[in-house]
Amino acid sequence: MENPLVITSSPHLHCGMSTKGIMLDVLIALSPAAVVSVLLFGWRAAAVIIVSVASCVTCEYLSRIVLKKPQSVADLSAVVTGVLLAFNLPSSIPLWQVAIGGVVAIVVVKQMFGGLGFNFVNPALVGRIVLMSSFPKEMDNWVMPLLGSGVDAKTGASPLYTLSQGGEIQYNLKDLFFGIRPGSLGETCVLALLLGGTYLVIRHVISPTIPLIYIGTVFILTWLVGGDPLVGILSGGLMLGAIFMATDYTTSPINTAGKVVFAVGCGLLTVLIREYSSLPEGVSFSIVIMNILVPLIERATRPLPFGEKRRLKHE
Amino acid sequence: MDVKYREAYTKGLIKENPTLRLVLGTCPTLAVTTAAINGLGMGVAATFVLVCSNIAISLMRKMIPDKVRLPAFIVIIAGFTTIVQMLVKAYTPSIDKALGIYLPLIVVNCIILGRAEAYASKNSVGLSALDGLGMGSGFTAALLLMGGIREFLGKGTIFNWPNGGLIPPITIFVLPAGGFFVFGMLIWLANRLSDKFDDDASRRETNENVCAACPSAAFCHQTVESETSGLAAAAITKKEADNNE
Repeated sequence: MENPLVITSSPHLHCGMSTKGIMLDVLIALSPAAVVSVLLFGWRAAAVIIVSVASCVTCEYLSRIVLKKPQSVADLSAVVTGVLLAFNLPSSIPLWQVAIGGVVAIVVVKQMFGGLGFNFVNPALVGRIVLMSSFPKEMDNWVMPLLGSGVDAKTGASPLYTLSQGGEIQYNLKDLFFGIRPGSLGETCVLALLLGGTYLVIRHVISPTIPLIYIGTVFILTWLVGGDPLVGILSGGLMLGAIFMATDYTTSPINTAGKVVFAVGCGLLTVLIREYSSLPEGVSFSIVIMNILVPLIERATRPLPFGEKRRLKHE
Repeated sequence: MDVKYREAYTKGLIKENPTLRLVLGTCPTLAVTTAAINGLGMGVAATFVLVCSNIAISLMRKMIPDKVRLPAFIVIIAGFTTIVQMLVKAYTPSIDKALGIYLPLIVVNCIILGRAEAYASKNSVGLSALDGLGMGSGFTAALLLMGGIREFLGKGTIFNWPNGGLIPPITIFVLPAGGFFVFGMLIWLANRLSDKFDDDASRRETNENVCAACPSAAFCHQTVESETSGLAAAAITKKEADNNE
């Protein structure tokens, strides 16, 4: 791979970005939320993150050997998947189930389809969805943050669940913004996620199109269906999904028009699932469904070559 | 001659396994295999219809006019399906309840019509009976295996007996998504096995047999000539399945 005598055609300019560099930036962006999750949910949160990352990295390493492909574990993409998967799980989940989630994400979703850049849906999200359908009881066991309460662990319903049952939520907007509420590890603290997202935008790792339009769509639609738009965008996994999951390079459209369609679709599906289905939260399903539609979006939004009058009908 | 008869039976087991290699009859395969006993019941019922209809159609193959052969086949198959349905209702009502609508739907199971069209209407009674038995065994084995895996992992039981808490139930395996996953894994396994047993020549022969039965053979004949690989054959059989369904 590292052959110094590679002969290629021009251009030879290199922007200096590498997969490893991008993944490192994403990890840096995820770290505030990781620190907050350990502060909020205690050592159990750290254990879930460690097991998830270990499972993903081990699976990546072993499946590359079994598939007789060049080793790719050093590009850190499996670490990112592991952290994202852990962020999508409740802190009370049994650790062996976390490990199964890692196996599903890396072996089934990523490596069976060819590895990094070939997965057609987001691996971490499918890991979460498989765990959700496999172990519904454990995946719905939300723990109240330790901060400010004197007890070790206390279970409580997540805000969206309370809303879907027609109840009034007892968290004010400040609690939701700083993450003092039950929920998945990494989704609760909006402040930490926004910090990470801003870092990624400044470093040009992601473009702000998808997160802004996704969150904006949810804001407007929640208001239209009669909900509290601020609660709508601050609760659930929306911030985590919009900033870190929907912007995944492999599974989101390339050009801006496509990104707009993708993000609006994500927002629409999220609100539809939240309001009209039996599930309290729809971020993961909506992103995965839109991931599957990306090839069609790409085709519809393909730019015209210079000088071309109109798109050819049959290609 | 001996080889011919043996081949008529054995090809349905792995090499031309109706569900896993020809990808026919996927609807009952995915729908009823939430438990091993349901898979077994479905397999046995379909095998009975398959053997009987193959024999009947083979006997009448010279009498049935070519233009109305499909309606004629369907009437014969529907007759035997009705018999099976009455038998299952009378003797194993629990399986009848579990299989539900999929039991009468054996009529439109494309394995049965596919074998009638591709084999029984062209071959002698003995060969057709063996072909039906072989295809039925392959179908039953695939369904039993799939039902067993899904029941063991998804409900934590074996034939409705608890497995002693070896593993906790992973619900997704009894949901449709898990069904597709297990189905895909078994197709992979069947492809690997038949690759191991077959050389290129016999694979080409299989492809030709499969192609002869396919209504789209004329369109994709060139594709087969250019690449006689397992992949092309899989694509063709998939097309065949779509056409039959």
